[in-house]
Amino acid sequence: MIITGRVWKFGNDVDTDLIIPARYLNTTDPLELASHCMEDADKSFAGRVQPGDIIVAGRNFGCGSSREHAPVAIKNAGVACVIAGSFARIFYRNAVNIGLPILECEAAAAALQSGDTAEIDLTAGSVKNLTSPGTYQAIPFPSFMQQIIEAGGLINYVKQRLA
Amino acid sequence: MGMTITEKILADHADRGRVAPGELVNCRLDLVLANDITAPMAVQEFRKLGLKKVYDPGRVVLVMDHFTPNKDIKSAEQCLTVREFAREFGIVNYFDVGAMGIEHCLLPEQGLVLPGDCMIGADSHTCTYGALGAFATGVGSTDLAAGMALGECWFKVPESMKFVFHGQLRPWVGGKDLILYTIGRIGVEGARYRAMEFTGEAIGALSVEGRLTMCNMAVEAGAKNGIVPPDEKTHAYVAGRARRPYQAFAGDPDAAYIAVHEYEAGQIEPQVAFPHLPENSRPVSEAAGIAIDQVVIGSCTNGRLEDLRIAAGILEGRKASNKLRLIVIPGTQEIYLQAMREGLLETFVEAGAAVSTPTCGPCLGGHMGILAHGEKALATTNRNFVGRMGSPESEVYLAGPAVAAASAITGFITHPEEVVKQ
Ligand code: SF4
Repeated sequence: MIITGRVWKFGNDVDTDLIIPARYLNTTDPLELASHCMEDADKSFAGRVQPGDIIVAGRNFGCGSSREHAPVAIKNAGVACVIAGSFARIFYRNAVNIGLPILECEAAAAALQSGDTAEIDLTAGSVKNLTSPGTYQAIPFPSFMQQIIEAGGLINYVKQRLA
Repeated sequence: MGMTITEKILADHADRGRVAPGELVNCRLDLVLANDITAPMAVQEFRKLGLKKVYDPGRVVLVMDHFTPNKDIKSAEQCLTVREFAREFGIVNYFDVGAMGIEHCLLPEQGLVLPGDCMIGADSHTCTYGALGAFATGVGSTDLAAGMALGECWFKVPESMKFVFHGQLRPWVGGKDLILYTIGRIGVEGARYRAMEFTGEAIGALSVEGRLTMCNMAVEAGAKNGIVPPDEKTHAYVAGRARRPYQAFAGDPDAAYIAVHEYEAGQIEPQVAFPHLPENSRPVSEAAGIAIDQVVIGSCTNGRLEDLRIAAGILEGRKASNKLRLIVIPGTQEIYLQAMREGLLETFVEAGAAVSTPTCGPCLGGHMGILAHGEKALATTNRNFVGRMGSPESEVYLAGPAVAAASAITGFITHPEEVVKQ
């Protein structure tokens, strides 16, 4: 699967309160969550992000709470992929479980800048900067998680197990 | 090569003789937990499976603690979703207003989580229960839904880091100070994906409450779990509470650790973490004089009886500064009742505090004490992220109950001995 999109760059330790502040957690409506995505980090983000855009961030992306509302907000805001230097562990699990593509790649996270256009080959785990040329290789998913992703997320995977 | 306590619990629950860090294992779950924020999404996902029952109605725990008593219509609707689910699926351990407490205060108190358990909770501070010698970790709602269905969850066996606290604690130093100090040394991702094991003379001397506080904040260093090997204190705490038999585990003497950090407890002052990360911890002396607008004593980190006793001991016969609001939130109904019997609540109210029914409330900027722009709070909670307690332009400082109570009296961040010696 190939994703081509515009980059939105954030820093290190982007926590779940920045991704979706707790004041909006009184709903599970994906589109309402999406309308507040990244609000406390960049107020204009939710209004300007386009389907297919890519979030790029530094280390420890998604640290903080276990709220699945965070990857849900990002996914439903139209973001096609998150690339970060590293991810907090619960966010990582949650993203896989709900089918939000994420890639851990320090070099790409450092090189890509806001406004760049990037091309991502999810299967190969490669990231190409089309604006100021450079190609980067991400850590691929462990095979165990590939199975969950191939099943279309954890719920489908469990359905198969129970069938 | 031996195994750490974390590895032993995972091996046992995966029906394996041994496991090694990095391996993916599928484990039986002794308990699954969700709250009023994460359960609605978990219920939604669980219903997609079309199942007629959860794996064990006695082992699913649902606690309505974040936005309760319902702060608005939407929160009420969310609780309703969970309440209906609990009825339909015969969930035994459903805790609503009047019975509920902050989940991580409630579960140990009620004897629902026990030494040697392997459990998940759709709340990042599920790592709290490691203080009893359990493997407990936070997950999201979808993992929780799968856990409710199968009674299983996959884990990557974490590498273990050992933290040894030698010597004796100084006065006014407790579990909160030790963990803030530790996170200050290793950083907010210093233990990412790893187990944090706490040992040493000073940990042995800590109460179970103090250990719960420490393990609670393991996630603030990025850890998968925190753990304290069970000792007599653990077993004494669990005795009379446990609702089922349990098997405690101990690590092997030749277990492998990816890192060992040794600290002299006697060198550690009460700590304060500056905005906006828990790793910004410094000795309270370096924070002295910072004026604050609100003090919050409560949360799953420091809302237990011992915390309230420490705070009341300082506030007794004194008044909170009229420049700030002091909010005290006992962690559970039982803590509330006991604090009432001991006269602690009276001390708080006489000192000018607002005392609330148990709730997460202001800890996550939910309700019961939201900050305006430009305001500063000192809280015994666990996160001081941007906007955590309200306006994105407000600030939160983290500390233990002694510093919080002392600061409430003076109106600025204060070492407890400054107030008590007066
Ligand atoms: S008290 Fe705060 S940290 Fe603890 S469970 Fe509630 S919101 Fe989360």
